[in-house]
Amino acid sequence: MDWLTTVDHKKIAILYLWAGGLFFGIGGLEAILIRIQLIKPMNTFLDAQTFNELITMHGTTMIFLGVMPVIFALMNAVIPLQIGARDVAFPFLNALGFWTFLFGGILLNLSWIMGGAPDAGWTSYTPLSTTTYSATHGVDFYTIGLQIAGLGTLIGGINFLATIITMRAPGMSYMRMPMFAWTTFITSAIILFAFPAITVGLVLLTFDRILGANFFEVGGGGNPVLWQHIFWIFGHPEVYILILPAFGIISEVIPTFARKRLFGYSSMVFATILIAFLGFMVWAHHMFTTGLGPVANALFSVSTMLIAVPTGIKIFNWLFTMWGGQVRFTTPNLFAVGFIPTFTMGGVTGVMLASAPADFQFHDTYFVVAHFHYVIVGGLVLGLFAGLHYWWPKMFGRMLGEGLGKWTFWTFIIGFHMTFFVQHFLGLMGMQRRVFTYLPNQQFDLLNLISTIGAGLMGVGMLFFLANIFLTSRKPADAANDPWEDGRTLEWTIPSPPPEYNFKQTPLVRGIDAFWKEKTAGHKGMTPSEPVGSIHMPSATILPFLMSVGIFIAGLGFMFSRDTFSSEALSFLFNNYIVTGLGLLITFGSMLMRSLYDDHGWHIEPEELEGR
Amino acid sequence: MTTAHAEAVNGTLPHEPEKATLEGRNKVLAFWLFLGGEAVLFGTLFATFLALRNQTNEGPSANELFHLPLVAAATFLLLVSSLTSVFAIQAMHRNRPALLRSWLLVTVVLGAAFLGLEIYEFSEYVRHEEFGMTTSAFSSAFYTLVGFHGAHVAFGILWISVLIGQLVRKGLTVVTAPKIYVSAMYWHFIDVVWVFIFTVVYLLGKVG
Ligand code: HEM
Ligand SMILES: [Cu+2]
Repeated sequence: MDWLTTVDHKKIAILYLWAGGLFFGIGGLEAILIRIQLIKPMNTFLDAQTFNELITMHGTTMIFLGVMPVIFALMNAVIPLQIGARDVAFPFLNALGFWTFLFGGILLNLSWIMGGAPDAGWTSYTPLSTTTYSATHGVDFYTIGLQIAGLGTLIGGINFLATIITMRAPGMSYMRMPMFAWTTFITSAIILFAFPAITVGLVLLTFDRILGANFFEVGGGGNPVLWQHIFWIFGHPEVYILILPAFGIISEVIPTFARKRLFGYSSMVFATILIAFLGFMVWAHHMFTTGLGPVANALFSVSTMLIAVPTGIKIFNWLFTMWGGQVRFTTPNLFAVGFIPTFTMGGVTGVMLASAPADFQFHDTYFVVAHFHYVIVGGLVLGLFAGLHYWWPKMFGRMLGEGLGKWTFWTFIIGFHMTFFVQHFLGLMGMQRRVFTYLPNQQFDLLNLISTIGAGLMGVGMLFFLANIFLTSRKPADAANDPWEDGRTLEWTIPSPPPEYNFKQTPLVRGIDAFWKEKTAGHKGMTPSEPVGSIHMPSATILPFLMSVGIFIAGLGFMFSRDTFSSEALSFLFNNYIVTGLGLLITFGSMLMRSLYDDHGWHIEPEELEGR
Repeated sequence: MTTAHAEAVNGTLPHEPEKATLEGRNKVLAFWLFLGGEAVLFGTLFATFLALRNQTNEGPSANELFHLPLVAAATFLLLVSSLTSVFAIQAMHRNRPALLRSWLLVTVVLGAAFLGLEIYEFSEYVRHEEFGMTTSAFSSAFYTLVGFHGAHVAFGILWISVLIGQLVRKGLTVVTAPKIYVSAMYWHFIDVVWVFIFTVVYLLGKVG
């Protein structure tokens, strides 16, 4: 019950972590199934339809339900602590964001047992995704599930923007914020400006499919390429939503374990902003082959290649941070250092793809699959592993085992390169992506076998990680405030895990790497910026959960509003939008409750603080 | 924050009650951010409409369909309602809750009148012009864009009505003031969107 009503950012972080981990596991199993099907030519392990459903659900699940929530988990766990705040700006919205994400994800995955999963790829290109070619409810689960989950993400983004703008501790100017806070800030801004585009896209597709609108129906005057524009105006910024937080994590881990301040801090900030800005200008590099014409193709080629400049700045800054430092290869740092070459390889193939004439060859082959897995898995997922191992003691009060951590790293990264390195060559030799099998004797056989074995090895790496979590959870929670001993930022100045109010006294920040600065000045902790006083806390509430349940019911109701059911009563309920209305009633009713009854919260008094 | 609360309890409201507490300031800031997202939302809808507005699929075109006098009347109502919501905020800043309530009420009534005209307009198109959601890409884009705006108006009406109720029950405090301020921002925003709709959908439809 406590978990259903919590508004504490640290608990919401853990909820995000478990939910994201669960979906990541589902997506991973789907990947393994895909790879088993591709282990040899003309394999009959899966049929074509199931294969299509699996690649669609794998991609969609991984991106929207797997890695995004883990990113949000780390942001929630760390950002308020890093900026010296007692909570986020909107604890209630924070909970609401989580629950809408979760119910959106559940809705999407219900498709497996309710008449078939979506099968038009994670990009759901029209006309493939219109009712003509996707006749089951699969794509409806996609549009409505993602709509609901996307709402949660948008709420989260606004919350973090406001939190970082207004809740920073005294003395923490923007240019003294830790890099992870910076990348969270910029990522949230991208979310704010990118997600509404996909919201609209999904609405239009839903209307086409359920209300018979003609946005993408050529027969009614619609335009299928319009979908691609809308999708990628969102979709390309989305990849920066994914990678920027990883950049932030790497920028925290590397300086800590090099015992040196981040090289080129201001250029890092500048590069982050530039990447975000350029990220909105390049969407049509996904559409070179749709016939935009040479001028558009040239412009989008050049703008895409430009992004390599700020990204390159970052790579060199990380290298220079390690240069001459006293580098310790702990598990988090292994992941962070492993990230650098792996991500760089993905960046290089990205520049290759950005060349429009070359892309006509690469498009929709395994070369593309290799590219984006190098940036997403080799970039983001390695970054997330670095962050999880790094902040685990802060979140749970227990250090993950170093031995198993290293096993996780080595199996995962070797498996990763085995899986995806060979796919570059498969793609260059002409193997198409999203096709459920291939003919023998095209020199695809051996490379595919290697790829599948590699995928299995990554699975083993995940098992090591799970074992590590399990074994750790049985140890006493005795992690020190600053368990890595070289912590530089504010989260390491308070207990692990932190008390519910985070900081007994808001700290005074006197420079970049606030904690490190105090350490070098010979101080044990931060100077407080206020006397010990009564702390105001928000009350727990079930309303965010209820609001999300309402949206979930409304979504299901709308999806089946044009169906005929075997039972009269069911048909009546759905066809007259009674189910939809009921769901909306729950949601709006909860909103009304929230609006009418003020939350006065509660206080923790100084005497209690002393007692703890 | 505590002083602001004390003031509110004593009946001496600070000059800008919406910004008196951290919660209030956060709310206003977040609402600006939210409106940024809304701008992208409507921007995408406008772009879609512009791309599809001539795809009439042998159904009625914009030129045949629209009657500017009706739309102009609706525009007038909505613009005036924006003005009355400014008066409401001024009344709030002068700490006159009764006046504030009246202006909010006028705003809501004007908004409802606008919505009534829109519903009338849509039903005319559907009944007499055979112009429905499924007629053409143009019709789909029209109903989606204008309907989205209409739904925003409807939500605004409900929201401000609830706020009027809160004003009656709780009075003007540092808790209710930010809500009212933010709802006025929302109302201006949908007004601005309507100005664009009037230009891009209706005027352009008549001439282009
Ligand atoms: C962990 C090991 C992973 C393996 C073994 C794996 C494997 C695969 C395979 C075999 C495909 C199908 C390629 C095709 O036929 O087009 C695929 C597609 C895809 N994967 Fe992964 N993947 C993994 C992780 C991830 C992660 C972490 C993400 C994102 C966060 C991701 C995102 C995608 C996307 C977006 C697609 C495209 C789906 C589509 O074509 O609609 N993958 N992956
Ligand atoms: Cu892109």
